[in-house]
Amino acid sequence: MIQALNDAMDVMMARDPRVLVFGEDVGFFGGVFRVTDGLQARHGRHRCFDTPIAEGGIVATAIGMAAYGLRPVPEIQFADYILPAYDQLVSEAARLRYRSGGEFEAAITVRSPYGGGIFGGQTHSQSPEAIFAHITGLKTVIPSNPHDAKGLLIAAVEDDDPVIFLEPKRLYNGPFDGHGDGPLKTWAGHTRAEVPSGYYTVPLGKADVVRPGGDLTILAYGTMVHVALAAVKASGCDGEVIDLRSIVPLDIDSISASVERTGRCLIVHEASRFSGFGAELAALVQERCFYSLERPVMRVCGWDTPYPHAFEWDYFPSPQRVGTAITRLLARD
Amino acid sequence: MSGIGLHVPEPGARPGDEPDFSHIVVQPAGSVDCPPHDADEHELRHLAFDLIRVLDDDDHARGGWNPRLDPDVLRAGLEAMLLTRAFDDRLFRLHRQGKTSFYMKSTGEEACAVAPSLALRRDDMAFPTYRVAGWLHARGYPLERMVNQIFSNAEDPLRGRQLPILYSARDYGFYSLSGNVGSRFGHAVGWAMAAAYSGRDQIALGYIGEGTTAEGDFHEALTFASVYRAPAILCVTNNQWAISSFSGIANGTAQSFAAKAIGYGLPGLRVDGNDFLAVWSVIDWAARRARAGLGATLIEFFTYRAAGHSTSDDPTRYRPASEAAHWPLGDPVERLSGHLTAIGEWDEAREETLKAELAARVAAAVAVAEKVGTLGKSKPPLREMFLGVFKEPDWRLTEQMRELGLEEHD
Ligand SMILES: Cc1ncc(C[n+]2csc(CCOP(=O)(O)OP(=O)(O)O)c2C)c(N)n1
Repeated sequence: MIQALNDAMDVMMARDPRVLVFGEDVGFFGGVFRVTDGLQARHGRHRCFDTPIAEGGIVATAIGMAAYGLRPVPEIQFADYILPAYDQLVSEAARLRYRSGGEFEAAITVRSPYGGGIFGGQTHSQSPEAIFAHITGLKTVIPSNPHDAKGLLIAAVEDDDPVIFLEPKRLYNGPFDGHGDGPLKTWAGHTRAEVPSGYYTVPLGKADVVRPGGDLTILAYGTMVHVALAAVKASGCDGEVIDLRSIVPLDIDSISASVERTGRCLIVHEASRFSGFGAELAALVQERCFYSLERPVMRVCGWDTPYPHAFEWDYFPSPQRVGTAITRLLARD
Repeated sequence: MSGIGLHVPEPGARPGDEPDFSHIVVQPAGSVDCPPHDADEHELRHLAFDLIRVLDDDDHARGGWNPRLDPDVLRAGLEAMLLTRAFDDRLFRLHRQGKTSFYMKSTGEEACAVAPSLALRRDDMAFPTYRVAGWLHARGYPLERMVNQIFSNAEDPLRGRQLPILYSARDYGFYSLSGNVGSRFGHAVGWAMAAAYSGRDQIALGYIGEGTTAEGDFHEALTFASVYRAPAILCVTNNQWAISSFSGIANGTAQSFAAKAIGYGLPGLRVDGNDFLAVWSVIDWAARRARAGLGATLIEFFTYRAAGHSTSDDPTRYRPASEAAHWPLGDPVERLSGHLTAIGEWDEAREETLKAELAARVAAAVAVAEKVGTLGKSKPPLREMFLGVFKEPDWRLTEQMRELGLEEHD
């Protein structure tokens, strides 16, 4: 997935001189996760460079560049460290077009590794998507595999709205089904690891039915897509797993169509539960599919605690927990 | 370079180049004057551009900044620095053996942690970065408690909730660490304001890396410190590198981080951070100034990060492998040891004995902690995940504990 993301930026930098890539350790070093490796060497120091450690400054200057007409693609080293930039994203990027009557806009794509499963403790594991989804004017994209990662990132860079592009860091080097004690897998041989060369897009706002099924609908994104698939497999049920790919814009039609068919809906995310994005999904499903629902909508999420180092696998939603929810949703009473 | 174009600075040397520290002016030890601690700020401005040094190339202490410390204090400092190094080396290796998830060393910067820890009072408070574990070593924090924290095991004082080395040790004057850089710099100022408000002469010492001075936290803290004349010592550890970014990415062409004080109306002292005596002396000077009600001082420890950023880092990818060996200000441990030897208070045999003893102490502490368990082999009771979020868990947490088969009060 690292290579796919790198490729997306490489393609866009070659196509469009307005695309700049910058962030902490992003230039010469190529990023602490190596996602920008080689971009400085290929496209020049003035197009891919290191920034001061100042997330608010990174996003503020990105907005200023976008106002001028460039297409900045800043990186925030960990999504946990995006909060100093939150004011810039919420009060500025999200509203620039609206408040200026369309005179200015903030076509920025803020990339950031997020999520757990790496023993990163409280400040290298969090999933902050809900605090962006809540802000109207921001788009929030979360790929779950290399193919989508490249196509979505290119689409995000071309998008005229500010996009928060969250990269599940546990998926950087391979798929992960939530078995923390299992062997490390690479992307080699995975169906969605084949990345076409050159330019292509995966449109924002189009969910992907990664496993069709009739028993129940599981809504997931990022690493949890793989966990959900593993749980469905282990349960032996015919569950439908939908990878949302972007939570704003949200592919509500695919969600409704699926739940209307299955009558059962389970939402899985790593972020803590209360006011998590699952709450919005549950409300939408209830509003739109109430008469099709056979069971209450269920959620499997991180607990309502900070991300705890020692309890990585107690916190991280496991295939077992997803499986228990599946059993409850499918139980006859 | 002139002309129009986006300027992006680069360090003097990258891998494959000869290390280049030619831009660093090393003033002779003892050459910088030591004004009284109650001098007016405007009379101190040159100190932000000088480099305060006490130990000279022949290991003698020179000039007005010589703190004239008792040899016992110097030996205590040397021991704490050697312990810091022995602990770092051992724990770094344990990470490589898969016994924990993460570790960070402070090799080359030990004096910046140890000297302030010994120079300040027990009722003062440090607001540390992740690179000042020497503060704890200097105050005798139990080694096995540190290793238990690093292993997140059943005896971890932080109950498995925090990343390795992000200690908290209130009784040792060591404020809780977080993975976010910079966000506690303002806490130091607030703590100092609270001490002043309470009519007590305690002071706060804040640490921040030079890379992190770019964050708003740094500038906000200096503003508050200046406005409220907070009894704080605010320290920038300029170890030249912020992961792969050289100091110019934080400071542009400005050479001094101490000079940032001037704009805020605070004294700024730039000091050789590898010189134990000089570090002690500026801390003592700033502490006397703060305790006299004269407010905060900004100190730049000019030093070098001799090891990688963390266990996740490989510095040979972005700087010459031999750069540390070319650092013009030497090594803090060797320099203090050399000084003690020069004044007839130390010798090689004693140092070898001490090193062996410290290695044994670290090994013993590791053995105790390993018996409890390394990461994943032992952990605190699961309910610890839910405790401490709120003072009393609310219904959400109670329900979630029950879902995991835990009782709130078992
Ligand atoms: C708010 C925030 N942004 C980014 C990071 C990632 N990060 C961790 S350490 C570091 C470099 C800090 O450099 P410096 O302040 O010079 O301290 P040093 O590591 O050199 O001691 C960075 C960018 C972080 N931990 N917190």
